[in-house]
Amino acid sequence: MVQFENVGMRYGLGPEVLSDVSFRIAPRSFQFLTGPSGAGKTTLLRLILLSVRPTRGLVSVFGEEVSGISSEALTGLRRRMGVVFQDFRLLDHLTTYENVALPLRVQGRAETSYRAEVVELLRWVGLGERMHVLPPLLSGGEKQRAAIARALIARPELLLADEPTGNVDPGLGRRLLRLFVELNKLGTSVIIATHDFGLMDLFPTRRMVLGHGRLQIEE
Amino acid sequence: MAASPSPAAAPVPEPALPPTLRRNAPLVPTDSAASRSLAAVIAILTFLAALCAGAAEIVASSADQWRGAVAQEVTIQVRPGPGRDIEADIARADAVAKAEPGIRATRVFSKAEAERLLEPWLGSGLDLSDLPVPRLITLKLADSPAPDLKRLRTALAEALPGVASLDDHALWQQRLSTMATTFVGVGVGIVALVLIATGLAVAFATRGAMAGNREVVEVLHFVGADDDYIARAFQRRFFGLGLRGGAIGAGLALAAFAFAGLMARAWRSGPAGDEIEALFGAFHIGWRGYAAVLLIGVIASVVTGVVSRLTVRRFLA
Repeated sequence: MVQFENVGMRYGLGPEVLSDVSFRIAPRSFQFLTGPSGAGKTTLLRLILLSVRPTRGLVSVFGEEVSGISSEALTGLRRRMGVVFQDFRLLDHLTTYENVALPLRVQGRAETSYRAEVVELLRWVGLGERMHVLPPLLSGGEKQRAAIARALIARPELLLADEPTGNVDPGLGRRLLRLFVELNKLGTSVIIATHDFGLMDLFPTRRMVLGHGRLQIEE
Repeated sequence: MAASPSPAAAPVPEPALPPTLRRNAPLVPTDSAASRSLAAVIAILTFLAALCAGAAEIVASSADQWRGAVAQEVTIQVRPGPGRDIEADIARADAVAKAEPGIRATRVFSKAEAERLLEPWLGSGLDLSDLPVPRLITLKLADSPAPDLKRLRTALAEALPGVASLDDHALWQQRLSTMATTFVGVGVGIVALVLIATGLAVAFATRGAMAGNREVVEVLHFVGADDDYIARAFQRRFFGLGLRGGAIGAGLALAAFAFAGLMARAWRSGPAGDEIEALFGAFHIGWRGYAAVLLIGVIASVVTGVVSRLTVRRFLA
């Protein structure tokens, strides 16, 4: 599904943020990506998301090598992924409902065709009463849940989540983790970047540990 | 939803949504100070372009009216010569003119009338009886059958060689036509320049909007929007602004022409009325003028939409 071979990444002329990173994400797998702050977790997720290109090495996503990928193919790959950003990236001028429905809307679907599933998911993440609210009026936890719902709504094959439980209380954190696990059981590969060891201990699975730009895999 | 706890096969009832829930807001924020400023700029430019087009239309239609009036009439000039009976020459010329099928009517200017025509240059109260004042015959032309002025000129030259000549005002008409064409050309040029200025203003505004909405664009990319979808979202927003600006500008221009028409009507009843009417006609831009003003409003909107789309595509590339 995702394959990195000797990938190195640096921003501009700065030092390498990632060095000789090699790993493979199997279909239907679940893994945590962990490491101290500044270890390169977000950069690794951005490389998988194809928002930055590696300085060296090979990156393949969904079996496609991405160095010379066309913009149409890039859009096609991104539609197969869901992403939860650390800073949520909700659009402040759209309601919670519109934000969550965004991945379906940009596919050109009519609003009536996805209304039921958006509302159902919003209710499930506990935002049923907040769907008409603009993001600036949501609490941190509500924004987090809205961002997660937006990542899940299009049933992605690969879910990337950057500190998805960073702004929620432990109870909701566990509930969200259960949601990711359930999603994984239904066939979605999940990568959760976190340095919350409590969360990782709740679900023993593969851990990808980044430190000083190098990756170590703990199966 | 795959992650939903409910069984996937269960029928999903249409959920009751809050009636006030907004569901399809524009993806690019619309109501910003920059948007209002851009709409104002487009309105002003459209107004100026429409004024220019209307003015060109007034000149063109007035010139047409003058040309039409002049083209309905030609003049035969009969010059007195030593030993010639000018009255006989006039009668001869009049007869030649009347023999031409396309001449509707003729009117011979008497000696007194011919002398009176010189008064504006020579002053009144002079005895002009000793001066060889040329005499005029005006010919009203018929629409059908069309007069053959060339044949008439030849006939006059044969009947009264060196004495009678035909003036069809061609030189004057040509100058008028050149003046009107030049004015219309300048008007079209100014309209084109104003539309180009609109396009440039929109290009700068779009770049500003793209920079200001960088995060929106990034999120749209991440959720699977392609460049064309994002360009369309921006185009829709700017086309809306262009339509608003174009409608306001064109509306103001139409109001200005209506107001000018009313003022001209009021002035025409005053002492300078004849001069104003002679210069501007009825100050009425006609359906062609109104259509041009509306067209400029539409073109300004279309230019706004197209330029914003191209700018976004280039920005994203």
